[in-house]
Amino acid sequence: MNTSAPEKIPFLRDPAKLSILYQIFTLLGVGLLSYYLVNNTLANLERQSISTGFGFLDKESSFEIGEALIQYSAADSYGRALFVGFLNTLIVSFIGIILTVILGTILGIARLSSNWLVAKLSAIYIELFQDIPVLLQLFFWYAFFYEVLPSPRQALNPIPGLFLCNRGMIFGVPLWHEAYKYAMVAFIIGGIAVFFLKRWARKRQEATGKIFPTVKVSLLLLIGLPLLAWSLTGAPTEMSVPKLSGFNFKGGITISPEFAALLLGLVLYTAAFVAEVVRAGIQSVGKGQTEAAISIGLKQGQVLNLVILPQALRVIVPPLTSQLLNLTKNSSLAVAIGFPDFVSVAGTTINQTGQAIEGVALIMIVYLIFSLSTSAVMNWYNKKIALVER
Amino acid sequence: MEDTLTPHTVNAAKELKPPVTEVGIIGWMKANLFNGWFNTALTLLVLYLLWLTVPPLINWAFIESSWFSTGDQCKAGEGACWSVVTANIRFILFGFYPHDLQWRPLLAVVILVSLLFYSQNRNHWKKSLFYGWLIGLFTMGLLLKGGLFGLDVVETSKWGGLPLTLLLSVFGLTAAYPLGIMLALGRQSRMPVIKSFSVVYIELIRGVPLISLLFMSSVVFPLFLPEGVSINNILRAQVAIILFTAAYIAEVVRGGLQGVGQGQYEAADSLGLNYFQTMRLIILPQALKIVIPPSVSVLISAFKDTSLVVIIALYDLLKTTQTTLSDPQWMGYSAEAYIFVALIYFVCCFSMSNYSRRLEKELDTSL
Repeated sequence: MNTSAPEKIPFLRDPAKLSILYQIFTLLGVGLLSYYLVNNTLANLERQSISTGFGFLDKESSFEIGEALIQYSAADSYGRALFVGFLNTLIVSFIGIILTVILGTILGIARLSSNWLVAKLSAIYIELFQDIPVLLQLFFWYAFFYEVLPSPRQALNPIPGLFLCNRGMIFGVPLWHEAYKYAMVAFIIGGIAVFFLKRWARKRQEATGKIFPTVKVSLLLLIGLPLLAWSLTGAPTEMSVPKLSGFNFKGGITISPEFAALLLGLVLYTAAFVAEVVRAGIQSVGKGQTEAAISIGLKQGQVLNLVILPQALRVIVPPLTSQLLNLTKNSSLAVAIGFPDFVSVAGTTINQTGQAIEGVALIMIVYLIFSLSTSAVMNWYNKKIALVER
Repeated sequence: MEDTLTPHTVNAAKELKPPVTEVGIIGWMKANLFNGWFNTALTLLVLYLLWLTVPPLINWAFIESSWFSTGDQCKAGEGACWSVVTANIRFILFGFYPHDLQWRPLLAVVILVSLLFYSQNRNHWKKSLFYGWLIGLFTMGLLLKGGLFGLDVVETSKWGGLPLTLLLSVFGLTAAYPLGIMLALGRQSRMPVIKSFSVVYIELIRGVPLISLLFMSSVVFPLFLPEGVSINNILRAQVAIILFTAAYIAEVVRGGLQGVGQGQYEAADSLGLNYFQTMRLIILPQALKIVIPPSVSVLISAFKDTSLVVIIALYDLLKTTQTTLSDPQWMGYSAEAYIFVALIYFVCCFSMSNYSRRLEKELDTSL
């Protein structure tokens, strides 16, 4: 028997060689397909005499945008118009995420409430809002603002200083004064102080076992410092109150029906999903944990802060991230109700310049940046709170 | 015989009934609604809010509402104008489909719904059901399009309403599933080229909103095609939905693949099965069983997401409703029309999610 020479494996039976063959075929296939598409595209672009490249970003946009956070007019460039849209998407997502997390947490806890009525109502809400397309909900709220709410002259005035009408939501804000700048600076200083205070308190607790009332002192710093700065610099109390003049309101801040409908629709829809995530997280912590925590003498707040939340958050954070990303992506539906978000501005740009490929590519890149950066932050946070295993 | 031991005489304590405040409705209310001052306050607050909102709502929706009137008669009334739905029901449900041929999309929807109902029972999951679905889908396509057996041809540009919504979601999921499985296998593969292509595709698609893909299908895709070739816009939107759904299916299937133990792979290897045999005979049957419930969730979101085709001006259920509302006679009754459409979506999604929950319980063999 000849055992020294290994048996020769036929070429098509050797997994290593086959795998190289498959990969070459895949590369060839993808390469040929892209060559074909690029070729077609170039030919089509030339035939329809559409220019390529991002040169259009510097050209004059010549369209107005209803809502802009920065100075913008039709004489500005496409680049600036797109930046306005980008900021609008950012602000909707940012406010939306904060409100969604708050509402979702409340609903999730309410669903587990021992109060039958509250638990059932919360369950009905969650089921109802999960099962209706978010676009339909946006249309519904948009119609609500335009059809159900009265004109500015008969605006609803549920609480003093707040008006609801078909021009949106208008409410009074404090008139701008130097003092608010100082208060804001004081708030930031307070935040930095809290950060160092927390580190110091933890070190001291680890060294001596003495507990420092961090939460109370932090709250005092965060609220007290700005208040002090505000009162020292003149304590202005003047308000900019909305007043009806002619057919519309003057003064105060107006939230447009488009923005309000978009925010309302996104928050109510996503909160239903977040509520389920929160409920699953809370339920994942065994009842024994609560009982054990109480039996070693922790107070109600400590049980929640030191025992339940750290364990529940581990379960909650990954699905919560994907829900919040969904909210950001769904904010692109703004285009359907006429809020000038990034997709909507990019759509207008595509229509005017005809440069569809660049426009769609920009949309995709912007959302990819949103998604990747959000997941990066959430992954970092998730790693931070993850179980430290020995 | 009378004075033998009956339960009555054994223990007098047993005769004492529990206090009336601890059992029955009162006991239940005490335990579930009024335990502690906080819950009592909460219950009263909720009841007050319900009292404020529910009676006016019922009054608006049922008591003062008009069901079969013209738009002008509605304007006189105070309540909801459901007439906007009843008067335009055929347009909302079937769009621009020729009026006297609308039995065909109706029949197609009926076939689809009955197939879905029949497939609910796991005892019916046999090979014959698979062929049943193939025949059913083909019949539905034939009914909508026509052209054979003396049926008149109806152009796809006239398709709309509920059949279009169902078509986009059902065909979308059916076509996306094989693609998704391939992507999931590619992502698990040891071949770097195939793996990186799959990862890039999945992450790219999951990172962008569906609307950008729909835009792509409507404005960029025509540029990809050689001169003179064009594909109708429903098919283009369908392709975008398939490509989008496949990425999500891939992640669901990947979860299933990771749920199959390493020992299964090794056992298959030791039997001398090659890669395709291992996957087809050993791994996928187990992995796909695990992922049935999450797949239903993907179907639900695909069903809801088809409403986005409104934005590229396809006449799905939502778009036909909006078109109805732009008729001057019916302007201003958006709430009623949208509630009707929401009801359709809700019934479909709720029954699907209920089914998925039941299935999850049935398939759960862990305990």
